[in-house]
Amino acid sequence: MLKFTAEHEWLKLEGDVATVGITQHAADQLGDLVFVELPDVGATFEKNGEAATVESVKAASDVYCPLAGEIVEINEAITSDPSLVNSDPQGKGWFFKLKLANVADAKDLLDEAAYKELIA
Amino acid sequence: MTDSGPLSTTPLHDLHLSLGARMVPFAGYDMPVQYQAGVLKEHLQTRSKAGLFDVSHMGQVIVKAHSGAYADAALALEKLVPVDILGLKEGRQRYGFFTDDNGGILDDLMITNRGDHLLVVVNAACKAADVAHMKTHLAGCSVTLLEDRALIALQGPAAEAVLASLAPEVAAMKFMDVRDVTLVGASCIVSRSGYSGEDGYEISVPADKAEELAKALLAHDDCEAIGLGARDSLRLEAGLCLYGNDIDTTTSPIEASLEWAIQKARKTGGDRAGGFPGATRILGELANGTARRRVGLKPEGKAPVRAHAKLYADAEGKTEIGEVTSGTFGPSVEGPVAMGYVPTEFASAGTQVFAEVRGRYLPVTVAALPFITPTYKR
Repeated sequence: MLKFTAEHEWLKLEGDVATVGITQHAADQLGDLVFVELPDVGATFEKNGEAATVESVKAASDVYCPLAGEIVEINEAITSDPSLVNSDPQGKGWFFKLKLANVADAKDLLDEAAYKELIA
Repeated sequence: MTDSGPLSTTPLHDLHLSLGARMVPFAGYDMPVQYQAGVLKEHLQTRSKAGLFDVSHMGQVIVKAHSGAYADAALALEKLVPVDILGLKEGRQRYGFFTDDNGGILDDLMITNRGDHLLVVVNAACKAADVAHMKTHLAGCSVTLLEDRALIALQGPAAEAVLASLAPEVAAMKFMDVRDVTLVGASCIVSRSGYSGEDGYEISVPADKAEELAKALLAHDDCEAIGLGARDSLRLEAGLCLYGNDIDTTTSPIEASLEWAIQKARKTGGDRAGGFPGATRILGELANGTARRRVGLKPEGKAPVRAHAKLYADAEGKTEIGEVTSGTFGPSVEGPVAMGYVPTEFASAGTQVFAEVRGRYLPVTVAALPFITPTYKR
């Protein structure tokens, strides 16, 4: 199940674990990324906690944790090559895997159609 | 200067929109921060080929003595800047700054000897104040802001080939030369200078011919339009100050490590020593040094350290020693670059200090400026 947030994150849900990244729209708006800072595995966040930082030449931006949970895996490929986030934001450019504190919370997020409407 | 109220536009505004620029308010103007290629690629384009920048928001000002003599205009302006303007040869340009009575910097500027007058180029955000300042203090001179001219910068290793395709004579110019050149049928004033660390030109062109000239330059395969985003990362790698960030009324030229711009004639013992606002402090600092200095800062990791990050002597953040004034990721350096102020005892290249970024204290090495090797045609 694919879900989105109004802050331009996407989540791919498999059981109680969500793979999280930023949307193509967000990547296009940020421009070429030159630095990504990911959370530590084991870190826990509340919904909308500042989980990661991305930086372009021009500015730094926060990436929020879309739901409460614990980081169980991070994509170190994007810290060594931030351009992956620009070239494949919804694939190889994923950020982290989040074990959700409450899977039922995901139903409140946007579906793909609602997100597309938001950015239209 | 604030960004409130309706934004002004430059003569190249329509061109920016047609090229798909992302526009932002800057110093009261609607300006392109980047085009479709993005800041990173635009920066690298300028370092490898050539970039065209609209800098028409900057103030172009004519200072002319009522006597018609260059020396009278030069001596008048010398009362406001600690620079040897009388000794500037015709067709040559020099960097300088307006100082205030406390020895702070009111603005930085480029000054050209145009034979019987001076051409001064000042920052957009300061131009109204600069013009008023000159009108008040330049006795016996007329001060005229040129409202009917655009300013186009052409920077990069291919800049000479690009501009010479329209006017072959520009190839013979040296760094800081200024000449009258006819481009696309228009009378232009061309200087071999810029704000990127690369060889290149700045072209003052009549407003009604600016778009035609820009299009003629962009028609060259090696030339692309570049926004203000890349202009900032280029100048920072080149170690050049941005007024309002790295220098302002709270920084003296000596604190800002700009003593190279004060020629012998204006220093103690020179023919026209002192005689500019803040001279007591500035000449005193030249003789005795300052408590702090502007330095290059090279973060050791990959994380950019941005303006206003606090600097510390220690990795625990106990002893604050200064602040970053400009910082970004340098696309040519392929890593973060910054500059800021530190106490003089920390100002030697190789000294390690620490910058606070998101609650952590990242190691940063004081570095010689510039971060890249400039390619000026001396």
